[in-house]
Amino acid sequence: MGDFDFAVIIDNMPFLLKGMQTTLLLTALAMVGGIVLGTLLALARISSVKPLSFVAASYINFFRSLPLILVIFWFYFLVPLVLGRPVGGFYSVLVAFTLFEAAYYAEIIRAGITSVRAGQFQAARALGLSYGQSMRFVVLPQAFRAMIPVLLTQGIILFQDTSLVYVVGLKDFLVSAELIANRDQRLIEMFTFVAIVYLIISYSASQGVRMLQRRMQR
Amino acid sequence: MITFENVNKYYGDFQVLKDCSTHVNAKEVVVVCGPSGSGKSTLIKCVNGLEPFQSGKITVNNVSLGDKNTDQNKLRARIGMVFQNFELFPHLSVVQNICLAQEKVLNRSPSESVERAHALLERVGLLNQAEKFPSQLSGGQQQRVAIARGLAMDPVVMLFDEPTSALDPEMINEVLDVMVQLANDGMTMMVVTHEMGFAKRVADRVIFMDEGHIVEDEKTDVFFSNPGSDRAKDFLSKILNH
Repeated sequence: MGDFDFAVIIDNMPFLLKGMQTTLLLTALAMVGGIVLGTLLALARISSVKPLSFVAASYINFFRSLPLILVIFWFYFLVPLVLGRPVGGFYSVLVAFTLFEAAYYAEIIRAGITSVRAGQFQAARALGLSYGQSMRFVVLPQAFRAMIPVLLTQGIILFQDTSLVYVVGLKDFLVSAELIANRDQRLIEMFTFVAIVYLIISYSASQGVRMLQRRMQR
Repeated sequence: MITFENVNKYYGDFQVLKDCSTHVNAKEVVVVCGPSGSGKSTLIKCVNGLEPFQSGKITVNNVSLGDKNTDQNKLRARIGMVFQNFELFPHLSVVQNICLAQEKVLNRSPSESVERAHALLERVGLLNQAEKFPSQLSGGQQQRVAIARGLAMDPVVMLFDEPTSALDPEMINEVLDVMVQLANDGMTMMVVTHEMGFAKRVADRVIFMDEGHIVEDEKTDVFFSNPGSDRAKDFLSKILNH
């Protein structure tokens, strides 16, 4: 101990990059899936059809009351059972993250929709557009524009949370680094490197969001 | 063209419209006035179904509004509506604002819609603003675009809900001018407004509302020269003395 050897990082770069690829892919797919499902949930939540709104509210409250790690575990064992065949760890955690994030995205999107003035919806209906058309062409585009910073910030949180796939051993960035760290006995170097990478990516992403926010306010 | 038969509307326990019956004939301009909270905006919002009502009957072109067989969207498309706060769509350009419903509701081709939009923008004097966004226009210009947007649907009637109340004083006339022109062209119009000058100039009839009742429903000259109720007299003296 005492002598650090950061060469271990360079030597294993391809393996680490592959791990990072998994992390980023998982983040991107879960974000897109979460936003799509979240939008549907938000629309159901604000619907005047009571059963629809009830189901959506229950879904949102359910997932927001559970620890993410439990959801990841649960789907890791549940998805193969439902399908009757083993699926890769990647797909099971992707499903878990998408369903979990959708609950959070739904609340963000619902807030975005209610922030659009009621008159906009009335004007759209007055022109003869149907409920769906009014949402699609008038309300949602404005809601999303207002929500972009919050949605991206949630994406950054998601990026950090993907490291929880550790519990099912999926080889994301963190798990890849940990494997090498243990194999080569370079724990301090490796985990310092991992921390710096997460820090740089998350911090620059959040700075990017702040810049975007400032530009949108102008 | 439009008939109201004993329309009642409640917000919870509060009754906003009380037994309202009246009509608007084709090519007629009817001004609805009254103190705030009298139900006048609610009354015209009932005409295109933006506000549901609990009892009574409203028909437009002999089509009943509450009827389950009525295609509400199709009916609404033929009823133009202009709002107090313009309600142009801020994420769409002026020309896109006018084209959206033409394409999605009337299934017009994009080129046909744009052509119609340009013709209407010329009519309201804003052809040179077609590619701008609503936020780049003054309030008066935005309201003229909103009128053009309504006209693009070839409405059988135009409803105006306090179209000049949110405008700076110097912009009121440019909007009223467009409305006068529209009235002279024979458009059927129902206008909620405090602009009594406009009412005197173009209205065929004036409806005065108070506390959810239609208190007066008179020919314009009769309404101004000899209102039948004390409440209308009181209202007129307050609004006309400045």
